[in-house]
Amino acid sequence: MSGQPGEHADPAVAFESAKLGVWTFLATEVLLFGALFTAYTVFRLKYPEMFRAEHAKLDRVLGAVNTVVLITSSLMVVLGVDAIKRGKARLFEACFGATILLAAVFLCIKYMEYTAKFHHGIYPRTNLFFSIYFMLTGLHGIHVLLGMGVLSYVILLSRRGRLSASYSTPAEMSGLYWHFVDLVWIYLFPLLYLIG
Amino acid sequence: MAHGTGNSRRTAIAVFIALLGLTAATVLVSYLDLGLWNAVVALLIASVKASLVALFFMHLKGESRLVWGFALVPVFFLALILLGTLSDTMLR
Amino acid sequence: MEGVERIAAERNGRGYLSERGWRSWAFTLDHKRIGAMYLWTTTVFFLIGGVFALLLRLELLSPQARYFSNHTYNVFFTLHGAMMIFLFIIPAIPSGLGNFFIPLHIGARDVAFPRLNLASYWVFAAGFLVIIGSLVAPMDTGWTFYTPYSAKSAAAVTTLSLGIFLIGMSSILTGLNFIVTIHKLRAPGMTWHRLPLFIWGMYATSIIQVVATPVVGVTFLLLAAERVLGVGFFDPSKGGDPVLFQHFFWFYSHPVVYVMILPAMGIVSEVIPVFSRKPIFGYSAIAYSSLAIAFIGFLVWGHHMFTSGMSPLANAIFSFLTFFVAVPTAVKVFNWIATLYKGSITFESPMLYALTFIFLFIVGGLTGPFLAALATNVQLHDTYFVVAHFHYTMMGGTVMGFFAGLHYWFPKMTGRMLNEKVARLAWALIFIGFNVTFFTMFIVGVRGMPRRYAEYLPKYHTENVISTIGSAVLAVGILVMCWNFLQGLRKGAPAPANPWRALSLEWQAASPPETENFHEIPHVTAWPYGYGTPKA
Repeated sequence: MSGQPGEHADPAVAFESAKLGVWTFLATEVLLFGALFTAYTVFRLKYPEMFRAEHAKLDRVLGAVNTVVLITSSLMVVLGVDAIKRGKARLFEACFGATILLAAVFLCIKYMEYTAKFHHGIYPRTNLFFSIYFMLTGLHGIHVLLGMGVLSYVILLSRRGRLSASYSTPAEMSGLYWHFVDLVWIYLFPLLYLIG
Repeated sequence: MAHGTGNSRRTAIAVFIALLGLTAATVLVSYLDLGLWNAVVALLIASVKASLVALFFMHLKGESRLVWGFALVPVFFLALILLGTLSDTMLR
Repeated sequence: MEGVERIAAERNGRGYLSERGWRSWAFTLDHKRIGAMYLWTTTVFFLIGGVFALLLRLELLSPQARYFSNHTYNVFFTLHGAMMIFLFIIPAIPSGLGNFFIPLHIGARDVAFPRLNLASYWVFAAGFLVIIGSLVAPMDTGWTFYTPYSAKSAAAVTTLSLGIFLIGMSSILTGLNFIVTIHKLRAPGMTWHRLPLFIWGMYATSIIQVVATPVVGVTFLLLAAERVLGVGFFDPSKGGDPVLFQHFFWFYSHPVVYVMILPAMGIVSEVIPVFSRKPIFGYSAIAYSSLAIAFIGFLVWGHHMFTSGMSPLANAIFSFLTFFVAVPTAVKVFNWIATLYKGSITFESPMLYALTFIFLFIVGGLTGPFLAALATNVQLHDTYFVVAHFHYTMMGGTVMGFFAGLHYWFPKMTGRMLNEKVARLAWALIFIGFNVTFFTMFIVGVRGMPRRYAEYLPKYHTENVISTIGSAVLAVGILVMCWNFLQGLRKGAPAPANPWRALSLEWQAASPPETENFHEIPHVTAWPYGYGTPKA
């Protein structure tokens, strides 16, 4: 019999439940971004010349750098989860801290890109390509920001001694979310920056 | 899940290096003019990268069929909304 | 309250209702309390939405716009539709009755994520507060918010978009919670094929909620972006496509009608066997048909757009696929009827509403194919035929199922019995009022009366007067039913644990259940439909 409502007696059930819960949440995210990808496809097929011309205005080197930044941040998450599962809380905190730093770098680069566009008089309303660009990367950027918050909270849990080799669920679950954020960018980058 | 062994860390680094390599490849290919094939190659490489992230970083490799179901079912619905909408917008 | 104190307090027979004070409700993690809060909230919105309907029917008493301006009339039907759909019919059974009974049905103490459950209610509350806030410049677009008008309207569309986004998030959290709960928290021995059919219905519903709702969230995000940032996805003058809005909107809004109907069908599957004293006929068929309806429901959204200018191929595909959704639906209807056949039927109020569901849903469902066929759709689209179709399925179906559930589970939730005589009187008024109100709409619809107009041609006058009279009878019936609920809450006779002699697990808990649902988690050895055998 469980103690208070809100707890589950069996930690294995609790972990599997959490995992299914996060994958279900990621399913909603697939559809969320998916609708925007659909809009992208509809308009790319409708205005191929305009998309080709406009996409050249994006800096694919900066985009590639951001891709590397996110991939590295995902690696940091994997190493962090591995660390806490071996009971190494400080190493875990360092890895997740590195993830947050890399995420901040990502957002800084995006900020630079956005302001450069505004400086050249290019806004979301300028044309459909940039409407899609700003909406897709904007929604993605919000997810990066929220992810930074979640990862910070998990680091806080560790600083309070609440994580260990036998209880690493918050780390693994937030890690799953972070990899998904990386995954979305893996598609965004070629679709927006590379395909002519 | 193998934790506590160096294996999982080695795998993670190997996947990371593969991801970097694929990123470099896709950027380089984008400088070539292959017409329609640019899109195909770019999306193919992206899908390989995504699969690596999903299989290894997100631990799908070794998960139950139930978790695989949760991961793949939304992709089906994504294809559905895409194809359904395009069946209209592309053929008007 | 700590465990020992709570158990002692609950010995007064009030179970999960023992603890008092607003904090015990606002911060509760108990799925039963959260379900009860949803029930109260959605019922209030049902009544408010109903008032708007009565105002519409008042205006439609005369062919000219006599009482309200056209604009005001447009606001009324927009608010009627939006409130009924987003604030009542989508959350009522899933987040209300579902929250209360899913853990009890599967032999669990609570849902998988109780804190997320509480969050879903407060996100819902934030959503409806924002929606109410948007009433400073109320919507007149119809609940479908089609572009380009919604992008240009002077109404508070951006605010409303945020409100609906929040409501959608609440829906997603509920669906997510239920999916994991049903997978992971079933009691020992509760295999998938021993689950009550209400659970199968709720599982299918939750899948739809999780997959479809994000798309409508993005739809409203893009609508807000159009107004605030000037993006042009749906604006032809910027190269956009207003029909794209419809694709996104209906990709959610068609499956969502199955979010509305599947839980109600689940309730009917629970009630019919109990009051026929017969096992449900075709358990597996009913269970899998829920999943089939959910799946097929995703394939047909274009049938709302046949006259919007889609490509001929899209029209043909969506029309063809739409006919298929009738198949699993019919499977359910045949199985319910086969359950009734040679049963020992009694007509307590839950059964009256369940039988009403079957009858009215058949009528509503049979009018679907007329709309699915391209040729007839051109004639019937945006007429009162459509209005009648969806009121027969959504009100004759879902709402009757909801009422059946409320009457069936009232003793369990409250520990009191309802006055059966008054319940049956209310039912009779509702049944008569409903049919008089809505059947006439099929007739004027076929004869060409368009929907969403305050004025109409004189040749439709008689039927509209009849319909309005029907709506008054319907309103009285609903008020009598609500009065009966309130009386029951205050003065109803104490309810035994199992007044209907039903076999599903919730009836093994007390009436009302204790906070922890069961003293001991039951070990399940049989399916819950063994009626008519010596034991039941």
